Amino acid sequence: MTILAIDTSNYALGVALLEDNQVLGEYITNLKKNHSVRIMPAIQTLMKDCEKVPADLTKIVVAKGPGSYTGVRIGVTIAKTLAWTLNIPLVGISSLEILASGVGRYFDGYVSPLFDARRGQVYTGLYQYHSGELTSVKEDRLSMLSDWADSLKETGKSILFIGNDLPLHQAAIEAALASQAVFAAGTEHNPRPAELALLGKDKPGEDIHSFVPNYIRLAEAEAKWLEAKGKILNG
Amino acid sequence: MKKDQWIMGIETSCDETAVAIIKNGREIVANVVASQIESHKRFGGVVPEIASRHHVEQITIVTEEALKQANMTFAEIDAIAVTEGPGLVGALLIGVNAAKALAFAQNKPLVPVHHIAGHIYANRLVTELKFPLLALVVSGGHTELVYMKEHGHFEVIGETRDDAAGEAYDKVARTLSMPYPGGPHIDRLAQAGNPTINLPRAWLEEGSYDFSFSGLKSAVINTVHNAEQRGEIIAPEDLAASFQESVIEVLVTKTMKAVAEYGVEQVLVAGGVAANKGLRNALEKAFSDKPGIELVIPPLSLCTDNAAMIAAAGSVMFEKGIRANLTLNANPGLDIELYN
Ligand SMILES: [Zn+2]
Repeated sequence: MTILAIDTSNYALGVALLEDNQVLGEYITNLKKNHSVRIMPAIQTLMKDCEKVPADLTKIVVAKGPGSYTGVRIGVTIAKTLAWTLNIPLVGISSLEILASGVGRYFDGYVSPLFDARRGQVYTGLYQYHSGELTSVKEDRLSMLSDWADSLKETGKSILFIGNDLPLHQAAIEAALASQAVFAAGTEHNPRPAELALLGKDKPGEDIHSFVPNYIRLAEAEAKWLEAKGKILNG
Repeated sequence: MKKDQWIMGIETSCDETAVAIIKNGREIVANVVASQIESHKRFGGVVPEIASRHHVEQITIVTEEALKQANMTFAEIDAIAVTEGPGLVGALLIGVNAAKALAFAQNKPLVPVHHIAGHIYANRLVTELKFPLLALVVSGGHTELVYMKEHGHFEVIGETRDDAAGEAYDKVARTLSMPYPGGPHIDRLAQAGNPTINLPRAWLEEGSYDFSFSGLKSAVINTVHNAEQRGEIIAPEDLAASFQESVIEVLVTKTMKAVAEYGVEQVLVAGGVAANKGLRNALEKAFSDKPGIELVIPPLSLCTDNAAMIAAAGSVMFEKGIRANLTLNANPGLDIELYN
C-alpha cells in the first residue's frame, strides 16, 4: 500500500508518500510561488528519492479545499488525472481537517483551523479527536471571524487555533475568547501532507470523474445570477 | 516502413474541454469536445472562474471518451500535446496539469502547443499543407495574418491592434440586443440585409497588415444611438450587413495583398470566425480568379476550439523535437514565434 498525498490548496505546497503506516517522505514549502510550475516536479522528485514509480501507487489523497480556487484546482486536477489513469482510488480531504489532524491529537478541546478569506472573513471549521478519530464538530464554512469567535465562546471549551494566516486574526480572537483561546506554535502552521495521507488511508475511493474541489463559495458571477433570478421568481 | 504516429491532444484554453487522438498528424481517430456554451450564455459571455470549474468537472471524462472512441490505450500513444497558451490562465491550467499528470504517469513525451498554431493546423486535417502559405486567423480573441515558410515555423505579419474581429462581432451583437455568442446571429442577419449604411474601414498606414476594429465597433454603436435620438429606425439586417461588409472587406483586401507580396501557394482560414458565411463567400470569390493558389477553409467543427487541431500541431512540434518538462505552466500571453 503506497499512498501519494497532494496539497496545493493554499500557499503551503505539500506532497507525501505513505507506505503502510510509515511516512516514506514529505515535501513542504510555504512560498507565494506558482504551484502549477512546482507541484509535478515535487511529486517526481519525492517519488524518485523514495524509489517509487507511478505504477507502485495504490491510492491518491488530495486536499480538496477550501483555499485558493486556482490552487485547489491544480491539486485536484492532478490527483483526478493520476487516479483515473493509474486506475486507483481517489480520496478528497478537507484542507482544514489536515491542519486540525496533527495538533488536535494531543489537545483536550476543539481545534479551529483557519485560512484568511479577506474582508474580515475566514474559512474555518471545528474539529475534535474522539477515541483516536478526528471528527467534525462544526462543518467547514466561510464566516466573519467575529461571528465565528462568538459562536465558539458559547461552547465553553478550550479552542486551539492553527493556520499560517493566524497573525491576521490573533488579536481579534484573543479579544473575543480571552483564555479560552490557545494558539499553535509557529512551526505547526503548515498543513502536513503526511497527515493528509493518513486521513485518507482508510476512506473508500470516491467517483473520480465527478470529483471536484470544495470551493465553499459559488463563483461570484453565479451567485449574482442566482440572486437576480431569485428576485424575478419571487416578484 | 515508417511506424505510425499517434498523438493525444488536450485543449482547455477557453470554454471547451477537448481531447482528441490523431494518426500521423492528419487523420482524426477521436475528437471529443465538451462545450460549456450553455452555461456561459446566461452571463452573456465566458466567465473565467466558471470556465475553470467546468474544465475540472470534464477533464477525465473527456479523456476517457477519446480513448474509447479511438479504441486505444495509453500504451499506443506516442506523445501528449497540450495547449500551453494563449487563453484564460485558469482554464489553461486544467489542461496543462492534466497533461503533465498523464505524461508522468504514462511516461510519455509532453509537447507544448500554441493555440493559434492549433487553429492553423486544423487545416491539415482537411488537406496537406503547401509551403509557403498564409493563414488568416480570425476568432473571438485573435485576428492575425501568419506566414509559414515550412512546418512548425510561424511569422506573424499582421495582427489586431485593439479588438479581435470576433470580439467586435460580439459587441455589435450586444448593441443589437442579440444573445451571446453574437457572431452567428450577425452573420445570419447580414444575409437578409443590405449594406446601405456607411461604416468606416480601418486600413491603417500604407503597407501595414495590422487590423483595428474598435473604430468600426464605436461607429456601429454611435449609428444606433444617433438614430434612437432622432427617433429613426434602422433595420438591424442592414446594420448587420453593413458591419459585416466592413469587416470582411478589410480582412479580404489585406489577405489578398499579403498573398501577392509573399507569393504563397496556399491560403488557410482558421479560427471560429472562419465559420462565417459572409467571409467564406467573399474569400471564395476573391480566389476564384487565382487558380494557382489553393484556398482552404476547414469545416465548422474544426474552426471552433477542439483538440484535434492541437494534436495536429503537436504532431509537427513532436517531429521537430519540441518538448516540455513537468515545470510546464499555462502561458496566457504565449508568443507563436517562440518555438520557430
Ligand atoms: Zn480558439
